[in-house]
Amino acid sequence: MEDIIISTLQRTMVAGTPLLLATTGEVICERSGILNLGVEGVMAMGAVVAFIVTMTTGHPWLGVLAALAAGMMFSIIHAFASITLQANQVVSGLAMTMLGLGLSGMLGKPYVGKPLSIKMEDWVIPYLSDIPYLGKILFSQGPFFYIAIFLALASWFLLERTRLGIQIRSTGENPKATETQGINVFKLKYLSVIIGGGFSALAGAHLSISYSRSWIEGMTAGRGWIAIALTIFALWNPGRAIWAAFLFGGIFVAQYLLQPLGISPSFLAMLPYFATLLILLLISLKDPKKLNAPAMLGESYKRGER
Amino acid sequence: MKKIQRLEMEAISKSFHGIHANKDINLCVESGEILGLLGENGAGKTTLMNILYGLYQPDSGQIKINGKTIQINSPVESINHGIGMVHQHFMLVQNHSVIENIALGYKDTPFFFPKIKIRDKVEQFSKQFDFHIDVTKKIWQLSAGEQQRVEIIKALLNGADLLILDEPTSVLTPQEVKELISILREMKAKGHMIIFISHKLDEIMDICDRVLVLQKGQIVGDADTKDTDKKSLARMMVGRDIVFNTTKEKLTKGKKNLSVENINVIGDKGLLAVNNISFELFKNEIFGIAGVSGNGQRELAEAITGIRPISSGKVKMNGKDITNKSPRYIYDRGVSHVPEERIRFGIAPGLFLYDNAILKQHHLKKFSKRYFLKYNQVKNHTKTIIKEFKVSAHSINSQIRNLSGGNIQKLILGREISEQPQLLVASHPTYGLDVGATEFLRKHLLDLRKQGSAVLLFSEDLEEIFELCDRVAVIFDGEFMAVLDSDDKRFSDIGLMMAGSKRI
Amino acid sequence: MINIKTTNRYNITTLRSFMTIIFSLLAALVVISIIFLIAGVNPIFAISEIFSGSFGSYYGIKETITKAIPLILIGSGLTLAFRAKFWNIGAEGQMLMGAIFATWTGLTFGEALPSYIIIPLIFLAGFIGGGLWGIIPAILKIKYSINEVISTLMLNYICAEFLTMLIVGPWKGKERFGFPGTNNLPDSAILGLIPGSRIHYATLILAIICAIVLAVVIYKTRFGYEARVVGENPEAGKYAGINFLKTSLILMAISGGLAGLAGVGEVAGIHHYLGYPASISSGYGFTAIIVAWLAKLNPLYAVVSGIFFAGILVGGDAIQISLGLPAATVEIVNGTLLIFLIMGDYFLNNKITLRFSYGSKG
Repeated sequence: MEDIIISTLQRTMVAGTPLLLATTGEVICERSGILNLGVEGVMAMGAVVAFIVTMTTGHPWLGVLAALAAGMMFSIIHAFASITLQANQVVSGLAMTMLGLGLSGMLGKPYVGKPLSIKMEDWVIPYLSDIPYLGKILFSQGPFFYIAIFLALASWFLLERTRLGIQIRSTGENPKATETQGINVFKLKYLSVIIGGGFSALAGAHLSISYSRSWIEGMTAGRGWIAIALTIFALWNPGRAIWAAFLFGGIFVAQYLLQPLGISPSFLAMLPYFATLLILLLISLKDPKKLNAPAMLGESYKRGER
Repeated sequence: MKKIQRLEMEAISKSFHGIHANKDINLCVESGEILGLLGENGAGKTTLMNILYGLYQPDSGQIKINGKTIQINSPVESINHGIGMVHQHFMLVQNHSVIENIALGYKDTPFFFPKIKIRDKVEQFSKQFDFHIDVTKKIWQLSAGEQQRVEIIKALLNGADLLILDEPTSVLTPQEVKELISILREMKAKGHMIIFISHKLDEIMDICDRVLVLQKGQIVGDADTKDTDKKSLARMMVGRDIVFNTTKEKLTKGKKNLSVENINVIGDKGLLAVNNISFELFKNEIFGIAGVSGNGQRELAEAITGIRPISSGKVKMNGKDITNKSPRYIYDRGVSHVPEERIRFGIAPGLFLYDNAILKQHHLKKFSKRYFLKYNQVKNHTKTIIKEFKVSAHSINSQIRNLSGGNIQKLILGREISEQPQLLVASHPTYGLDVGATEFLRKHLLDLRKQGSAVLLFSEDLEEIFELCDRVAVIFDGEFMAVLDSDDKRFSDIGLMMAGSKRI
Repeated sequence: MINIKTTNRYNITTLRSFMTIIFSLLAALVVISIIFLIAGVNPIFAISEIFSGSFGSYYGIKETITKAIPLILIGSGLTLAFRAKFWNIGAEGQMLMGAIFATWTGLTFGEALPSYIIIPLIFLAGFIGGGLWGIIPAILKIKYSINEVISTLMLNYICAEFLTMLIVGPWKGKERFGFPGTNNLPDSAILGLIPGSRIHYATLILAIICAIVLAVVIYKTRFGYEARVVGENPEAGKYAGINFLKTSLILMAISGGLAGLAGVGEVAGIHHYLGYPASISSGYGFTAIIVAWLAKLNPLYAVVSGIFFAGILVGGDAIQISLGLPAATVEIVNGTLLIFLIMGDYFLNNKITLRFSYGSKG
C-alpha cells in the first residue's frame, strides 16, 4: 500500500514538471500583457529539438539548451506579430500552435519510434533523499523537476523582488504610465514573451528526453492548453503555479489509479478544467474588480498614445 | 545646491496640423518661486509643459537652464535635468502599491529587493514634506490627494528642482487642497521652483508669486500676484470685454421641458462632480452652460442623458421621471445628445458612414421593420445628413474612420439634430470645426429653438454662448455660480465666475 | 539613418484588400516551400500534390467538399462571433455537444420515425446542443467577466471528456463489440450521400443556406447591426442603447448552434455512430477559425474559404501517403498561412514609409 502511495506521488511530481515549466513561462509572458495561446506549439518544438539534438550529439544537456534556444526563437514570431504589428493576440497564438505542432511533426518524422538510449540520471540529493517517504518523492527526481521548481521560484523572485519585475508587471497593468517613466515597454514585452517561450520549450524537452525518451507526434497531449488554464488558476503567480501544477499532475496520475476502482478517468480528466472555471467564478463573485489579471492583458498597445 | 537656479523658455512655438498651440512664448522661473500658468482649456498650457517635460519637441525656440541652452528629447532627459511633472491624469499603476509605483519611476532603484531598499529613502522624503502615506497600500485604495502625493514624491526622489503641476486641484477635496498648498510652500522654502497650471483664480492668487496668462497659444499677461487683482486676470484670461450679441430674435419661452432637481453625480474618480444642481429648461430656448472644461459639464450631460448614474435628485422630461433610466429610454422621451467625447462614444469606427448615421436611431420604426433594417431609408437619410451638414466624404459606403475628425463631428451632430428632438444636449458642439461649419451649426441650433425645442448647450466659447443663448449658467466645481438671462449686465464678471471667485 | 514611419491608412478599398490577401498567400507559399526544402521534400512537387490531391481528381473534389461542409458551417458562425469580438475558440466542444444531442435523439426516436421526421429532428437537437454550449461562455463573460478565450477552451475539454465518459460507459453500444462508442444510428437517421461520394448533401445544403442566412443576418438585420457595433466600439454600443447580454446570448447561440449542426453532419453523415471526440471533431473547430479569418469575417466568403482549407486538409492527407510526410504537415501550412494573413492585415491598415536621412537631427 505504502509503495503505491509513494510511487503515485513520485509520478505526480514527474507529471507536474512540464506543467510547471510551461505555466511559469506563460505567467511571465502574460504579466507583461501579452496573451500567448501558442504554448502547445512551442512545447512541441522544444520536445522535438531536444530529442533530435540529444540523439545526434549524445549529450542531453545540449538538447536542453537547444530546446531553450528553439523555444525562444520560435516565440519571436508571436512577439513580432503581437507587439510590433499589434495583431490580434488570440489569432496569432493559435497560428503558433498550428505551426509548432506542424513543424515539430515534420522535423521529428525520421525519429518516430526510435528510443533514446541516453538517460538523464535522477539527481539523488545526499542526506535529503534518505528521509522516509519524502526522500524518494521529492529528493530523488530527474533534473527537470529541480529545474522547474528552481525556475518557478526564480521567476517569482524576479517578478516580486526585483526592479525588472516591477517594470514587467507595470507594463501589463498600465503600459502608458510605464512608458511615461521612460521605460521601453516594447522591449519588456518582447523579453517576457521570449522567456516564456523558452520555458515552455523546456517543458517539451522534459517530455521527450526525460519522461518518455522518445518522440511521437502529439506527445504534448494538450499540456500546453492546460498550462494556459493553470496560469489563471495560479492567479499569475509563479509560486502558486507550483501548487497548481502538481495538483493537476496528481489528477493526471490519479486517472490511472482510480480507474480500477470504477471512477471514470474521463471524469477525473474533466476536473482541472472545471476547477479553473470554478475558481474564476468564485473570484468574480467575491470581488469582480480584483480578478487579478494584468489589466491590459491581450490589449495591443500603441506607442505614444497620449 | 539646486541643479536649476533659473529656467527659461525663449520664443517657444509649436503647431499641430497648422494650428498654433504655442506661439512665441517666453517664460522664466527662478529658484524659490511659484509661477502660475492661467488660461482656459486649449490655451496652450499643457502643450507648453509637455515640451518642457520632453514629450513634445518645439518647432522653434529654446530652453535654457542657468543660462545654458539645453535639449530635452524625452521625459528621461527632462528628469535628468531636474524637471518633474505631475500630470492631471496620474501615471500610476492602480493595482500596485505606493512603493512599487515609486520604484518604477525612480532612476536609482536597485535591481534586487527594490521595495525594501528604497523604503527608507521614501519615508525620509515623506517626513521632510509632512506626507503621511502607508507605502504598502495599493494605489486604488488611496484618495486622490494621496495619489497626487505619490506622484510628487516620485518627482522629488528623482531630483526634481522644478516641479510642474497640471491642474492639481481638479480632483482634490478642499481639505486636500489646503494640504497641497502647505506642501508647495514647504518646497518653495527649500529652494524648489514650481509651475502651477490652473484655471482657478483663487488658487493662483493664493499660491503663486507670479502668473502668466495664456490665451489661444500666446502670453497675454504677465504679473506679480501681489500687483494685480482677480478682475484683471479674469479679463486677460477670457480675452475680451463681453459684447452682448442680440441678433437672434426674441422668442417667448414655451412650456417647461426639462426639470433638473438637486442632482448629485459622482465623477470617475469617486468625487462629487455635480453638486446639488437644479435648473429648468423651456421650449423655444437655448440654455447655455459656460465654464472651463472639467468642472462637471461632462458628468452633468452624461447624467441627464442616462450614461452616468445620478446618486441623488431627480430629472424629469415633460413631467416624466427620467432619472437613471437607460440611454434609449431617455432618447425615446425626446432627448438627443452630442457627447463631449465624440469618437469614444459617438461612432463605431470600422463601420460604414450609413451604419453610423443611425447609431442611436436604428430602433426607430423609420429605419427598422421587425428584425430588418430598412437600408434604403437609412442610406437616404445618410445622404440627407451629409448634404445638409456639409459632411465631406467620398461616399456613404466608406468606413467612418476614413473621415477627418471634423467631418465625423458634423455627421454625429447631423444625426442627433435631424430627429427634431425636444431637447438637444450639446457638449462643445463646435469644438474642432472650421468657421463655416461652426456658423452653419449655430444656425441649426437657432432653428431648433425656433421650432419649439430646447437646447442645453455646454461650451467654453463665450462668444458662442452669448450669441446663441437666452439664459446662461456658469459652472465651477460642479456648482452653478450664476444663472442669469444672457443680457444681464452682471456677466461682465463672467471671468471671475468661471474661475470660481464670484457667485451670484 | 533609416526612419520608418507608419501612418494609418484611410482608404482601404476592396481591391486593395483582395490584393493584400493574394500577396499574403503567395508570401506564405514561399515560406512553406522553404520549409519543405529543409525537410528534404521537393516543394514544387509537394504543393502540386496538395492541389492535385484535393482538386485534381473527382475523388479529390468529392473529399474536399465533404470536408468543407463542417468548415463552412462552423466558419460562417464564427464570422458572426468574431465580428462582435467574441473570441469563440470553443467550436470543437460545441460541435461535440451537437453530436451528442443528435445521437441521443437519433438512437431514442430513430427506430420509430421515418426519415423525413427524424432527420430534421436530429439537426434541431444538434443545434440546440451546440447552442446551449455556446451560451454558457456568453453568460460567463457578461455576468462574471470571465474571459471567453479561457471559458470556451475549458468547455472544449469538458465536453470531450463528457463524451468519452458517455461512450465508454452508459452509452456503449453492443454493436461495438467491446470498443467504446454508441450503437449505430438507425437507418432512418442516417444522412443520405451523393452516390459515389461521402458528401452528405443535406448538411451541405444546410451549410450553404446557413452561410447565406448569416450574411443576411449580419448585414441586414437589426441584431446583426447591433452585434457589429458592439464589436467595433462597446462604449458606443452602450450609448446606442444596445443590450449586451441579449446580443451576446443570441450570437453565441447561433455560433454554437451552427457548430452543433456540423457535429450532426459528422455523426449522421460520416461515422453513423458516436465515437471518440477526436474522430468526430477532427480539429474542425480550430481550422474554422482560420477559415473565418481568411474570409475577412464575411459568411459568404467563408464558403470559398471553407472549400480552400478543406482542399488543404485533403491535399495534406494525400501527401501524407504519397510523400510519407507526417499528418501534422497540414498544420504547418495552416499556421504559416494564418501568420502571413495577420501580417498582411498590418500592411493593409498601415502605410509604411521609409525615410532616409543624413546626419542626426540638429
